[in-house]
Amino acid sequence: MSAGMIEIRWHGRGGQGAKTAALLFAEAVMATGMYIQAFPEYGPERMGAPVKSFNRVSEDPIVIHSGIKNPNYVVILDSSLMKSVPITDGIGKTGKVIANTSLSASEIAKELDIDINQIYVVNASRIALKTIGKDIPNTPMLGALVKVIGTLDIDDVLKNIKAKLTAKFRHEPGIVEGNLASIKMAFDEVRN
Amino acid sequence: MKKEESKKLTVAELPVGGVVEAGTAVNFHTGSWRSRRPVWSKDKCISCLVCWVSCPDGSIRLVPDEKRINIVDGIDYDHCKGCGICEKECPTAIGAITMEEEKK
Amino acid sequence: MIKSMYSKGSLVAKTGNEIMAEALRQIEPDVVAAYPITPATEIVQIFSQFVADGVVKSEYVAVESEHSAMSATIAASAAGARAATSTSSQGLCLMWEMLYIASGLRLPIVMAEVNRAISAPININADHSDTMGARDTGWIQIYSEDSQEAYDNMIQATKIAEKAKLPTLVAMDGFITSHCMEVVEAYSDTDVKAFVGEYKPERYLLDVKNPYTLGSIDLQDYYFEHRYQLAQAMRDAKSIILDVAEEFKRTFWREYGFYEKYMLDDAEVAIVVIGSTAGNVKVVVKELREKGVKAGLLKIRVYRPFPKEQIAKDLAHVKAVAVIDRSDSCSGAFPPLYCDVVTSLYSAGILNPKILSYIYGIGGREFCGEQIIKVYETLGKVAFGLEKPSGEVEYINVRIK
Repeated sequence: MSAGMIEIRWHGRGGQGAKTAALLFAEAVMATGMYIQAFPEYGPERMGAPVKSFNRVSEDPIVIHSGIKNPNYVVILDSSLMKSVPITDGIGKTGKVIANTSLSASEIAKELDIDINQIYVVNASRIALKTIGKDIPNTPMLGALVKVIGTLDIDDVLKNIKAKLTAKFRHEPGIVEGNLASIKMAFDEVRN
Repeated sequence: MKKEESKKLTVAELPVGGVVEAGTAVNFHTGSWRSRRPVWSKDKCISCLVCWVSCPDGSIRLVPDEKRINIVDGIDYDHCKGCGICEKECPTAIGAITMEEEKK
Repeated sequence: MIKSMYSKGSLVAKTGNEIMAEALRQIEPDVVAAYPITPATEIVQIFSQFVADGVVKSEYVAVESEHSAMSATIAASAAGARAATSTSSQGLCLMWEMLYIASGLRLPIVMAEVNRAISAPININADHSDTMGARDTGWIQIYSEDSQEAYDNMIQATKIAEKAKLPTLVAMDGFITSHCMEVVEAYSDTDVKAFVGEYKPERYLLDVKNPYTLGSIDLQDYYFEHRYQLAQAMRDAKSIILDVAEEFKRTFWREYGFYEKYMLDDAEVAIVVIGSTAGNVKVVVKELREKGVKAGLLKIRVYRPFPKEQIAKDLAHVKAVAVIDRSDSCSGAFPPLYCDVVTSLYSAGILNPKILSYIYGIGGREFCGEQIIKVYETLGKVAFGLEKPSGEVEYINVRIK
């Protein structure tokens, strides 16, 4: 990994949108002028099974095409995965975990046995239910991730996602508004 | 006939991709393969064209009559291989085609 | 900050499959016949949507197998259409006998191929076994490191195929490239259409005024000449490929050749590789250079025709070379790329470089970082006489004992 490159790993269950979140995030970040990569865990996807997806973000062109072993950020869409999947693999002492959970950061730190400063929490499922009407935590988690990374402009990100979702859901404007609201809300609510 | 080496095309002369010009079968006189020859009787023939339809080599010759309807005009011996299908297919009651030994 | 090279291009975030479908949309072949297969499915899925939406005028033939896909593509091409298809792995295997017919009839079909391992055991991830198996079918083979190259190669392939009268396959690595979203500079429809131009076949079967026979029997008296023509066409395609690359550079400002040299000119140790792994190697080469190691890389783009003279010349000065293959020929000797590189050097009378053979990444196994450094370490020892090459093919990251 070259200096200045950000690597992200998303954990979710098949159907929760871990891959979509990584793709959406990449496109939005590209709009801010960065080079990006987004790719799923290479393999068949099955509903409910643990899945991973990845992002790279860099100021320079990205030539590396390998899996991500030492992510700077780990995003957990489904907190039940913490018991069955090695969520903290490769994050070392500096990698940050952003979890969709109703628990506090200290409770998660105990669960994962890592420093509390590495943990960020947000109740993305509650936000999704409130804003989108369904438990689809991937878009709110995207907002939380943008906040935790800190160097990305949330307004640029929202603008790009709005354009992208508007094109995709042109017959269901409610979906677009709900998703945008969820991103904004998670951006505001994510806590250390 | 004395065997002659025919001039074969070189790589440079050959059309690419195995393209073969159309209509070249006319130049290939398969009539020499024949051991028995069909003999057609103009008097018996009613021009039902069953032989023409059946001939695998298109060797039944047709000509238009005064009403511009195609009628049988004989056999193309340059290309007829002597298979005898025309004799077999010609209606029994008519019997306008008979196979005879090829005189060589 | 991202920069675009071609001032009229636009930067888009696309996966390899998405951008390949985009290239097909812009090329707009008259006929596309394909059967979906992981990881290439999206290419024809997206393209068939373009057809359904009336975005392109192409005829899409949904066939029942890859054998039929290739057969329909051959028929369309012979009839006079610009024809394309896409496949991967077992799909390419099922096309096998038809691949030879496409090249034997000299039909400029273009194929978007996504490299995937071959069964058994069943595996959907990247290696080059599928296209390497088809290396002697008379198809031009162009490999891509990333989505940008896949896109650029596809645009060039259309032109190369039609000029060389040879079917041409553009490959990218399954999932690693096909499913990875990256920044790609896409060109305008007008510019791509202008570049590929209109397809005007010299002869075609639907030209009823000039009828001819195609696919007739060809025995001892002519078959050899026709096969020589094919082999010669592959040799002649080299200059066509370079001409098209030159024109592409003039138009879109991106430079392509038979292969990419990365810090190779003064290298003492070098790796020869195909596909997406080149990027991982570049990262290592850069690190090693910073430490003063004269490491280099040669990334093959055009594998068929094989640029033997140029490769021999460009590797002649390297002390030790590792040719790393992402497929195993199971030949009992050495894998395909190694054989091509070694024969190229030997036949040119260049015997100095020590050349090592490695196989990596079969069935999608990772090859990066430390493992690449280890190959360069071995090369360093061999280059300076501290270690003797084993004389055998070495397997990277496989549990043998």
